[in-house]
Amino acid sequence: MTEIIVVTSGKGGVGKTTTSASLSCGLARKGKKVAVIDFDIGLRNLDLIMGCERRVVYDFVNVIQGDCTLKQALIKDKRLETLYILAASQTRDKDALTLEGVRKVFDELTGDGFDYIICDSPAGIEKGAHLAMYYADRAVVVVNPEVSSVRDSDRILGLLASKTARAEKGEGGVREHLLLTRYSPRRVAAGEMLSVADVKEILGIDVIGVIPESADVLTSSNAGTPVILNEDSEAAQAYADAVERLLGADLPMRFVDAPKKGFFARMFGG
Amino acid sequence: MGLLALFRRTPPSASVAKERLRIIVAQERSTRGGPDYLPLLRRELLEVIRKYVKVEPDAVKVNVEREDGREVLELSVSLPGKDG
Repeated sequence: MTEIIVVTSGKGGVGKTTTSASLSCGLARKGKKVAVIDFDIGLRNLDLIMGCERRVVYDFVNVIQGDCTLKQALIKDKRLETLYILAASQTRDKDALTLEGVRKVFDELTGDGFDYIICDSPAGIEKGAHLAMYYADRAVVVVNPEVSSVRDSDRILGLLASKTARAEKGEGGVREHLLLTRYSPRRVAAGEMLSVADVKEILGIDVIGVIPESADVLTSSNAGTPVILNEDSEAAQAYADAVERLLGADLPMRFVDAPKKGFFARMFGG
Repeated sequence: MGLLALFRRTPPSASVAKERLRIIVAQERSTRGGPDYLPLLRRELLEVIRKYVKVEPDAVKVNVEREDGREVLELSVSLPGKDG
């Protein structure tokens, strides 16, 4: 059975593409056959994060418009055997992507035995975001512990609960998970940042991962290597845990507590 | 957190963020799924009420309930206390 997972957030710049890239690599590393699709029509970026930008010949819209076959457009990852990337189109015509077109591509991927389809949603709540979430079985809502991101995530949760195929058919809706990024345990301990528990309480859904703020996210994107493959990094380990949880494992959260300070550090700052 | 911070009066900014989000999220959820005019209706009602009574910005709540195939528009306005 093919499971369709949308990675979405409402707000831009919170780490949707970074998360899509790392989750799809993580699932492929577990032997799953994965297609990761960039839904950000006009603003292609997943290819850069995945490091395959120079191998893009055909894109998502080309497939839908019949300019090429799906096989021709899928870019096979050079690192992981079972991972494929479908790039977004650079066209400015937002109507190039349609629900029927998306359905056709998903059906073909299902027929080809893919285990997971990861949909990297564009920011916002417009058509692209709607198309990315419409057929989803599950949603990973990426959120920064910051007021505007949390509020936008709640808007997205409202759309997931009403504007998706599962919601319309009354099939129990889309399974929703939160994934916090740019988390700083030190700032949480200082009362300067919303905690995991705060965000979970406000939005009322389960947390599938907490990715600590890490310099490795930028260096990985510079190199075109999804951060999860940079195994020494805490961010990589946190993404690997999130992948395990997606697959059903029950793991404790790591990297969410600030390092303990000694008595003097606590009294006199530091 | 240094020694002086133990005595500071302002609450940590994270708890301010949490409280603000709690209120705005609850407000936005209450109009979600309802007709698009609900947020505007709420704002205009608030403006009218504020001509007569000094109420808080979140004092007006509008909600559409669906029961037995009909819709009920529910309005609730909390007025300030006697000494408020």
